[in-house]
Amino acid sequence: MKFNHEIVEKNIGLLGIFTVIAISFGGLVQITPLLFQKDTTEPVDGLRPYTALELEGRDIYIREGCYNCHSQMIRPLRAETERYGHYSVAGESVWDHPFQWGSKRTGPDLARVGGRYSDKWHEVHLIDPRAVVPQSNMPGFPWLAENVLDGKLTAQKIEVFRGFGVPYTQEDVDNAQKAVEGKTEMQALIAYLQSLGHALK
Amino acid sequence: MSSFWSIWITVLTIVVIAGCFILLKIVSKNTTGVEEGESMGHSFDGIEELNNPLPKWWSYMFYLTIVFGVIYLALYPGLGNFKGFLGWSSANQSIGTENGIKADSEAAVKLAEKEGRWVQYDQEVKKADERFGPIFAAYLATPLEELVKDPEALKVGGRLFLQNCAQCHGSDARGSKGFPNLADGAWLYGGDLATIKTTIMDGRHGMMPPKGGLPIEDSELKGLTEYVVKLSGRDHDEALAAQGQGSFMKGCFACHGMDGTGNKFMGAPNLTDNAWLYGGSRGVIEQSIKNGRSGVMPAWKDVLGEEKVHVISAYVYSLSNK
Repeated sequence: MKFNHEIVEKNIGLLGIFTVIAISFGGLVQITPLLFQKDTTEPVDGLRPYTALELEGRDIYIREGCYNCHSQMIRPLRAETERYGHYSVAGESVWDHPFQWGSKRTGPDLARVGGRYSDKWHEVHLIDPRAVVPQSNMPGFPWLAENVLDGKLTAQKIEVFRGFGVPYTQEDVDNAQKAVEGKTEMQALIAYLQSLGHALK
Repeated sequence: MSSFWSIWITVLTIVVIAGCFILLKIVSKNTTGVEEGESMGHSFDGIEELNNPLPKWWSYMFYLTIVFGVIYLALYPGLGNFKGFLGWSSANQSIGTENGIKADSEAAVKLAEKEGRWVQYDQEVKKADERFGPIFAAYLATPLEELVKDPEALKVGGRLFLQNCAQCHGSDARGSKGFPNLADGAWLYGGDLATIKTTIMDGRHGMMPPKGGLPIEDSELKGLTEYVVKLSGRDHDEALAAQGQGSFMKGCFACHGMDGTGNKFMGAPNLTDNAWLYGGSRGVIEQSIKNGRSGVMPAWKDVLGEEKVHVISAYVYSLSNK
């Protein structure tokens, strides 16, 4: 058989199609089956959707780029479970869109930070981390205490998450704005942090 | 995993690996009809393509990765439900869920053992438990009164403190504004060994409502502040303090005591010891009275377990009882 590679080399569209076919095998094997596994699509017992305030806090977490330095993914290694608690499982993240696993730890993992410190500690620490941890190289986020939420988009956000299959009720949507209006971004972010990791305890 | 997806993964993986091998075989052969090293007969901008074979080192590397892939898939889980000949797995999570057992539970560990699986995580935990388990069990069996005399235990407690407690109380345990100093001998809930352990195990929630929830006018705050300054034994304005004493008798004594020495059952601070959680200046005292204070110590029972809390308690006690 004479296979003439000239055809592929001189036909950019064909080259593109062959490239896509070649690299799609990895996805077909590794990703597609996960979309149909109980392990990865069903919530663990005890998982609850974020409240309106926590949801706003989560958006602030994303806005400030917390995920750049903090992971939310405890690996099944004893060194990690000793420090952070039970390793993370996929069922804890099924209602997170997108999940905040992160990929780098400059600061500690936050997957189970909820309840570990008091609200007050978080407040002091977020305004100036060195006030409580002198060795910390985390930047301060003092503006969070000043910015006040108006909650105009909160209901819409909850609707969007409902569209993803998160079991919010109509009541959650209706009360969303009232729940966050007037709260500071600091309060929202702390509420989010305190909610992390309780589902699997 | 259902057998459909298992077959899907297995077939695709094998087809891809076999495909790579066949493709490599085909392109390694000279099928162009041109001698090796000769021109392929076309040039672009004066650059000619010669019919050169694939570099040897590159093809061998490719064959090696195929061989590696096949061996790997035989030994480790990769082909759908096939568990690999080593029976290795990183965690017992999937072993548990397949059988309706919670991950990382004793049942999951047992099941993995029964199936003859080598679970990385279980092995790590087992090894550590064998090494550290007896040490901590012995610590827990030792009454705290004895444990505080064991320098080795205090060293362990110190490490655990640095890892888990220093974030709020500081690495020297001297705290900061709003986070109690554990080394000064002043205690909100009591500094005996049993109380320290209870505090760490179950946490505390100290709460003073604004003005103690009493009918105190803003105009009384100056006097009340002065009275608190007097209680702590510092220079004060006697007349103003006398006014403040009247306000104090409106109900502050219910928690802080008639003589201001506090109440350890509810964590009401002693106002006479000149140890201040939020600061002892007149300004801060007035703020504390006006706005109230709320302090939370989280419970560590579930995070650390009693064994570790036991050792930390001994360490914390030793800080102010040398």
